[in-house]
Amino acid sequence: MPRITVEVDGAVHQDDVEPRVLLVHHLRDRAGRTGTPVGCDTSNCGACTVLMDGLSVKSCSVLAVQADGREITTVEGLGLGGAPHPMQRAFHEEHALQCGYCTPGMIMAAIDLLRENPDPSETEIRAGLEGNLCRCTGYQNIVRAVRRAAAEMRDPAAAREVAP
Amino acid sequence: MIPAAFDYARPASLDEAVRVLADAGEDAKVLAGGQSLMPLLRLRLAYPDALVDLDRLDGLREIRDDGDAVVIGALATHHQVLRDPLVNEHLPLLARATATVADPAVRHRGTFGGSLAHADPAGDLPAVALALDAVLHARSVRGEREIPAAEFFVDWMTSALEPDELLTAVRIPKLGPGWGVHYEKFHRTAQAWAIVGVACAVRRVQGAVEDVRVALTNMGPVPVRASAVERFAEGRTLSRDALRAAAAHAADGTGPPADLHGSAEYRTHLAGVLTARALTAAAGV
Amino acid sequence: MTEIGTARRRSEDARLVTGRTRWTDNIAPAGTLYAAFLRSPYAHARITGVDAEAARRRPNVVAVLTGADLAGEQGALPCAWTVTEDMRNPAHPPMAVEEVRYAGEPVACVVARDRYAAYDALEDIDVDYEPLPAVVDMERAVQDGAALVHADLGTNESYRWVFENGDLDAAFRDAPVVLERRYVQQRLIPTAMEPRAVLCEPDGDGFTLYSATQIPHILRLMLATVTGIGEHRIRVVAPDVGGGFGSKLQVYGEEVLCLLLARRLGRPVKWTETRSEGNMAVHHGRDQIQRLRLAADGDGRVRGLKVDLLADMGAYLMLVTPGIPLLGAFMFNGIYKMDAYSFACTGVFTTKTPTDAYRGAGRPEATFGIERLMDELAAELGLDPIEVRRRNWIGHGEFPYDTIAGLTYDSGDYEAATDKALALFEYDKLRAEQADRRERRDPVQLGIGVSTFTEMCGLAPSRVLGSLSYGAGGWEHAAVRVLPSGKVEVVTGSSAHGQGHETAWAQITADRLGVPFEDVKVLHGDTAVSPKGMDTYGSRSLAVGGVALYRACDKVIDKARVLAAHLLEAAEGDLEFTAGRFAVRGVRDAGVTLQEVTSAAFAAHDLPDGVEPTLDSDATFDPDNFSFPHGTHLCAAEVDTETGMVRLRSYVAVDDIGKVVNPLIVEGQVHGGLAQGIAQALYEEAVYDADGNLTTTTMADYLVPSAADLPAFTTDRTETPATSNPLGVKGVGEAGTIASTPAVVNAVVDALRPFGVTDVPMPCTPERVWRALRGDQGAGHASAEPGAAGGLGSAGGGR
Repeated sequence: MPRITVEVDGAVHQDDVEPRVLLVHHLRDRAGRTGTPVGCDTSNCGACTVLMDGLSVKSCSVLAVQADGREITTVEGLGLGGAPHPMQRAFHEEHALQCGYCTPGMIMAAIDLLRENPDPSETEIRAGLEGNLCRCTGYQNIVRAVRRAAAEMRDPAAAREVAP
Repeated sequence: MIPAAFDYARPASLDEAVRVLADAGEDAKVLAGGQSLMPLLRLRLAYPDALVDLDRLDGLREIRDDGDAVVIGALATHHQVLRDPLVNEHLPLLARATATVADPAVRHRGTFGGSLAHADPAGDLPAVALALDAVLHARSVRGEREIPAAEFFVDWMTSALEPDELLTAVRIPKLGPGWGVHYEKFHRTAQAWAIVGVACAVRRVQGAVEDVRVALTNMGPVPVRASAVERFAEGRTLSRDALRAAAAHAADGTGPPADLHGSAEYRTHLAGVLTARALTAAAGV
Repeated sequence: MTEIGTARRRSEDARLVTGRTRWTDNIAPAGTLYAAFLRSPYAHARITGVDAEAARRRPNVVAVLTGADLAGEQGALPCAWTVTEDMRNPAHPPMAVEEVRYAGEPVACVVARDRYAAYDALEDIDVDYEPLPAVVDMERAVQDGAALVHADLGTNESYRWVFENGDLDAAFRDAPVVLERRYVQQRLIPTAMEPRAVLCEPDGDGFTLYSATQIPHILRLMLATVTGIGEHRIRVVAPDVGGGFGSKLQVYGEEVLCLLLARRLGRPVKWTETRSEGNMAVHHGRDQIQRLRLAADGDGRVRGLKVDLLADMGAYLMLVTPGIPLLGAFMFNGIYKMDAYSFACTGVFTTKTPTDAYRGAGRPEATFGIERLMDELAAELGLDPIEVRRRNWIGHGEFPYDTIAGLTYDSGDYEAATDKALALFEYDKLRAEQADRRERRDPVQLGIGVSTFTEMCGLAPSRVLGSLSYGAGGWEHAAVRVLPSGKVEVVTGSSAHGQGHETAWAQITADRLGVPFEDVKVLHGDTAVSPKGMDTYGSRSLAVGGVALYRACDKVIDKARVLAAHLLEAAEGDLEFTAGRFAVRGVRDAGVTLQEVTSAAFAAHDLPDGVEPTLDSDATFDPDNFSFPHGTHLCAAEVDTETGMVRLRSYVAVDDIGKVVNPLIVEGQVHGGLAQGIAQALYEEAVYDADGNLTTTTMADYLVPSAADLPAFTTDRTETPATSNPLGVKGVGEAGTIASTPAVVNAVVDALRPFGVTDVPMPCTPERVWRALRGDQGAGHASAEPGAAGGLGSAGGGR
């Protein structure tokens, strides 16, 4: 079995893994990061989205061996010193989640979106999140949350201006 | 679901990769970005004995200028292609079509070469490669060879690559000045595959259509060049009516599939409508 | 302090946005074994042999069990709704023993030390099948000589249920307008984002079963009934549950089997569904064929309505399968007055996945029928669809109103909701644009769809359920425990799975008891913590469970009042309770806080005679009547007449759900409901081929819309309080779904009316719209030829 080294949310994990093990199962079963769930088997739903070396990937469609030597950030690795990431805060403030199952992936995809485009329009946000399905919210508040987080991340003082 | 077990190799060089592939035999699969392969493995629709992971072959990620062409390493990701200045300057059709592939997370992993080698007629990029007269570079322990796009897509999900061959790069001639391009993708939801797609490039000279390339996504077991459209459009005065008349021939000679999202008859109809839109958009009329 | 009505941010979010969640699949006690199910690849077949020896010999495999192995103990899955005395309800083994009747039915199970090993072993199980004829088409299934799903029944009809009121013959006799329509409610897959998961852990003398369920209480009782294990030996926990929409209102075979496996093996057994097996094995929704006849006067006044349904049960009757279409019996009349009405429904067995509740459950189907008909009536008479509705709806002054379907609508203000919606939508402006596009023969036509809906919520008055032969009551339970420190624990029998009860219930409690919101903790979803309950479905939680909580709070106040009077040496009648403090009326300084009363109640040093220590209460609420949310939804759709593509341009929803506890949560429920209703209209369909194979087993084929596919919604409210409960609330969980489907289809058809189009079957795919434009009505159900085209049906292309 190949031995792999993966940094998950800042902690280095060394493991022998079967080549066929999916990254998401590795994260959940070996690295103890159960915050990242699995929602489908065709990479459509995006619930398992994490960042790999800073770019969003669907961790159900990456083998754990492909993550060897890379850094993974999950929803559990966001935020600093116990304070939530602005995107997490915005999802809460804008009621951008209901059951919350898509939320980890949606938050990671949204963070990736803002890395590419710090000030996206509504259309750009909708297009940027096309790979993440939510069954509860109808997406409207997710779009609001991403706009709010974008404003805050560009200029923390601006956060108040987008409040409803 | 969960993939069946397989052997795994991660060669460190291209030489090693082709050697491993040659040794692995017919039931080995090449793993590039894995965005097409992983769902197949998980649904157990594919049972390779071995995967040869190209992840360490960083040399195959390069996109470079080669005079009158751009050479795109087979492992360049869609994300990389989309942002590459050479692609955007000289191959805007590829950039536009790539932007419609799947979603951002998939584009971070999925590769240009993988999309072509997968030879899915519903994929957006095979038609682009065909329209742009790309030449695909393959390598095996037996040596290197070049395969024109027109000969690369052999059948449904089947390319001209031999089991021991790796796609290493794709050479695409630059479109010079005067060309307009468009990729018209028609799908039911943002994530869905194209029911029909039209890759189109038009060169205008003094109010006439000097040169035109049209290739269709998902209008048969392989991407198809709409030669009849090209024939009818070339040399015509640049007008919406002329382009529409040419587009009416889009489905000539095609054998479109029927599936959940569209019958063959509907695809035939769509091909004409979408080709007209692609042509007029590319020509800017 | 008025907590009720405040847009509180949800308490639940803290764990959900940080990934510190407790999904069933996250829970893995030491020694957990993993189950995987082998499922039938046939729609209908006899099992002639199962060879599991090779699977048993595989590494890490602990057990392989077939239906035959479990036949003595697995019992039959329950149906709790015997809708007619002669309803046919065939036995439904959790794992098939002799015959499989839908593709995806479990036939064998592997239990292994890890899930990869379990899936591997499935491939080594050899099942011999003798294929039997598939029964796919409902209309053919009820004809003489049709192949039978259950041969011993001698028919594919499960039941026929009839309701009649008024003289229908008179209504249709000489009616100036008679419309006849056939509408199909396509089969849907609920697709909660969290796939199902079950973990059963033996603990001493019983079992703890974790399940992604909406109904821990009902599930506990049913598990006990099916397996014979004492109800007191089973604890059911619904931890964080990732959505349900009705799909987790069920007692599934996998839940029973995990319990039996844990008992056999003495180890925790876990099963987590994959999406592609879930699409086959989670119950489906909708799926009925409606034959509708409507009689009207020349001025558009509706005289009578005749409804004849075929409802697809699938292969078996599950928990409430047969009753779902019958909920529509009370709703086909919508908000309209009429003289006569008849409803008949035939439940039909087919060799397909069983159907059951999906968001709205019977009411969306009925609302679709009547709201489509009202638009058709308007078109027939050349009237504006709003005007036709005005001429027929129950006026605000006419409530309470006894409907032709036998319900009493307690309240409503259809005029106010409609006026507000029209203004927000800019109705006249859009009609002008529509006329302009028609004039110009624009290839992109504009359509405007109307839906003035109502629904029955707050399921349900127990006496009504009794009269419908439902197997349980419709009450709900709540308990309030004021802790010695003055903090409050609330126990609810409602079982939230995304709705935000932890927040809303804390708001109700804080409001009633005058304690800070932060001082309230809501406990739910665990039968050891919340022993009594009827769980969450049917937009019932607030209108029934919330009211139970309101009453429990009142009981706490009542008890505290006795104590406060004693402490203040005042008469109870002289005490006022406001903002958490009892005060003697007219004596400003004489008062005692709830906190102080609580201390006294716990110290118990000086309690009045007959007052027991501690301050807590229990209450149940059983509503006298349903609640009737209503609203007016308007949809503008652009239809590309060259390709058939539909794009929603704008959507306005004005809902009247009575009093609102948390407007933020309400708005979210409406948004999500709209998305699902629009998805039915435009995108989603569970498609079976002629052999009974489900061809939409993955999310690549079953199209759940993304953010990029949906418009921004404009939502607003009017507020006509329900009179059937003291909170004045009605329920909001299903309103958006119920209202939006007909609004969208009406818009699509409206865009195409100049072309002679009167209907487009759902989902209104581009091809179906294109075919409708060509006069090919009802056609365009694309034949499924998996693998013929590219894409993931053939898997994974283009990426």
